Amino acid sequence: MSLDLVYLDHAATTPMRPEAVQAMLPFLTEVFANPSGSHRFARQARQCIDEARDVVADVIGCKPGEVIFTGCGTESDNSAITGIIRRRGGVAVCSAAEHHAVLNCVEHAGGRVVAVDSNGAIDLRALEAVLDAEVSSVSVMAVNNEIGTVTDLVAVSRLVRKLAPRAVLHTDAVQAVCWIDLRTLWPLVDTMALSAHKFGGPKGVGILIVREGITFEPTVLGGGQERDRRSGTHNVGGIVATAEALRLTDLARKDEVQRINVLRTALIAGISRIEGAQRTVSSEVSVPGIVHFCLQGIESESLLYLLDEAMVCASAASACASGAMEPSHVLAAMGISSELTAGALRLSMGHTTTHSDVTRAISAITDATDRIRSVQNRRSL
Amino acid sequence: MKVLVAMSGGVDSSVAAALLLEQGHEVVGVTMRLWGGESDTGCCSVSDVDDARRVAQQVGIDHLVFNFTEDFQRAVVDPYINDHAIGITPNPCIECNRHLKFDRLHERALVLGFDAVATGHHARVVYEDDVYRLVRGHDMAKDQSYVVHMLDQQQLSRTLFPVGEMTKTVVREHAARLNMRTASKPDSQDVCFITTAKDNDGRGGRVSFIGRRIPLNEAVVVDETGVELGSVESVELVTLGQRRGVAGGGGTKRFVVDIDVPGRRVVVGPENLLLTDFELVSGVVWSDQPHTGMARVQCSAHGEPRSAVLSLDESGRTVVAWTEPQRRISPGQSAVFYDAEDRYVLGGGLVVRSAVSMTTH
Repeated sequence: MSLDLVYLDHAATTPMRPEAVQAMLPFLTEVFANPSGSHRFARQARQCIDEARDVVADVIGCKPGEVIFTGCGTESDNSAITGIIRRRGGVAVCSAAEHHAVLNCVEHAGGRVVAVDSNGAIDLRALEAVLDAEVSSVSVMAVNNEIGTVTDLVAVSRLVRKLAPRAVLHTDAVQAVCWIDLRTLWPLVDTMALSAHKFGGPKGVGILIVREGITFEPTVLGGGQERDRRSGTHNVGGIVATAEALRLTDLARKDEVQRINVLRTALIAGISRIEGAQRTVSSEVSVPGIVHFCLQGIESESLLYLLDEAMVCASAASACASGAMEPSHVLAAMGISSELTAGALRLSMGHTTTHSDVTRAISAITDATDRIRSVQNRRSL
Repeated sequence: MKVLVAMSGGVDSSVAAALLLEQGHEVVGVTMRLWGGESDTGCCSVSDVDDARRVAQQVGIDHLVFNFTEDFQRAVVDPYINDHAIGITPNPCIECNRHLKFDRLHERALVLGFDAVATGHHARVVYEDDVYRLVRGHDMAKDQSYVVHMLDQQQLSRTLFPVGEMTKTVVREHAARLNMRTASKPDSQDVCFITTAKDNDGRGGRVSFIGRRIPLNEAVVVDETGVELGSVESVELVTLGQRRGVAGGGGTKRFVVDIDVPGRRVVVGPENLLLTDFELVSGVVWSDQPHTGMARVQCSAHGEPRSAVLSLDESGRTVVAWTEPQRRISPGQSAVFYDAEDRYVLGGGLVVRSAVSMTTH
């Protein structure tokens, strides 16, 4: 990454931690064996995966046998939801602000999509209304990827256990890893999805934690390498690097939360000074790393282009296959007007973010909005 | 100059981007995502966006995608459907140029600090006699001045058509030389948001697209004396001058000479009933100053321009008085006025249903 670049798109992906890169390298060169083989060389690779699995289990607070390595966070979500519905039948439920990796599975299964409140968190009364004995899968994200809102999983879990006792409670915790101790979340749910590249690991590795005793139909069939719950030759280097990144993220979390909190306060103060800037959710309900604003009268596509010119990487909402920005389903579900959502801006911070990044971003965003408004004012004269 | 080049994923705009770079401009490519529904090139035309992006990478420029689907729906698709419901045959490509490429995109380019917007149209902008003229493309067979006729002086001053001086063959050769994947890509022919794939009921194309959005009504077909000849399935899809699919065998060629959508009635008759001495054109955008007097007038994308005298009526519409009777033009189609030498665009607008629907020829 160029030194000049201000990277405030950690929620999209994080730079790999150097230690994770180092951990990965031997598997791209000398340690190339297929861990499913029967020779000593294979056993060496197998041991590395087993050790990585222990590390992951320790960070989650689960058993090693409950850890399944997948190809990405999306696959983890798909396996947890589609896999449960295929095995058990019944009805799938999720919140309207879920990532598409969850939402599309639930909609595909003809499930129930639950409204969210003005913070984008699942509306507990609405959830209560759709839970019944038919429900076999409930998915509620731990942290929203667009706006950073933290879900009260304690309350969700209590409701689900009471009203839908046969349901498997899944959480997409992809955006939680850097900010929330996963040991506090795991006891509340039955399955949990993580994605390595959101916490300094490589792309192409996901993790699905499945509580012992819960079975599901695998979505990737073949050699059954992950104890018949997921097939495909192990991405050994990727898995090892993932475990290292997760271990370091867990170790650093407490300090990072404090450090990024300070940066968030500065970032919010700076952006709030821009005319028409409206904070989407407050700091009380969101993780420190994700700051979301809607800028009235500004089009995100224009703003992001000008920020890009100023070497600032940020984002608005998710993009479709063509690369075009899609209107945010999260902001729409929160009831925010399309006029405001057109000016959505997500700034997301992580382990490489510095105070200088924040200062430069504030000045670039201020300049860009000034420029857009001055052209618009000239045009309307 | 800093130029934003609209790249559709076709060969013309690919070469346009390369030429601008060769001319020393600072160039950024953009593909507008216009249609969010199904298309022949995959959902939201992703394969066209892929082509545009790959070409941009090859020539070494940045490539952006702007999502203008809402604007496209509002300014192009909705009017296209609504016009059919009232018996008007619109040209969606022209409306897209008017509202998207040369309005929305121009506005965006201005905000982003670009000096000009370029496209791959075969037309030329020439500054002469203190005005910007929209001149026909060098390759007369591919000339597209008709579909970009709505540019005024302000827009023309910020528009570039880099391939306008080239023939299509030269454009393709240039693309092949640069090893562009779009070099031999066929020209787009059809309305981009209408697929050719057939529905379950066997309907396809325009019939299916419009039929899924508005009710299509059967109509009686009569001859010019009112004798009933048969029926057509969808009066909304019948076009003036159409021959195919309208009843009436026998020895004489019959054409649709009148369509009454609310009355569910289509009149067919011999060709001379299609002829008219004049057309009325509304919503005219003049390239520079309004023009009256002799002109050449073109009424379809590759139609033959005909001589006419232009004048204004009391409500500001342009009257096109043909020097020789011409076939009537479907309401909703664009009439584009060129100078008497047929070199550059004077202006153009939409043909309106004339007060006299049946002429006496």
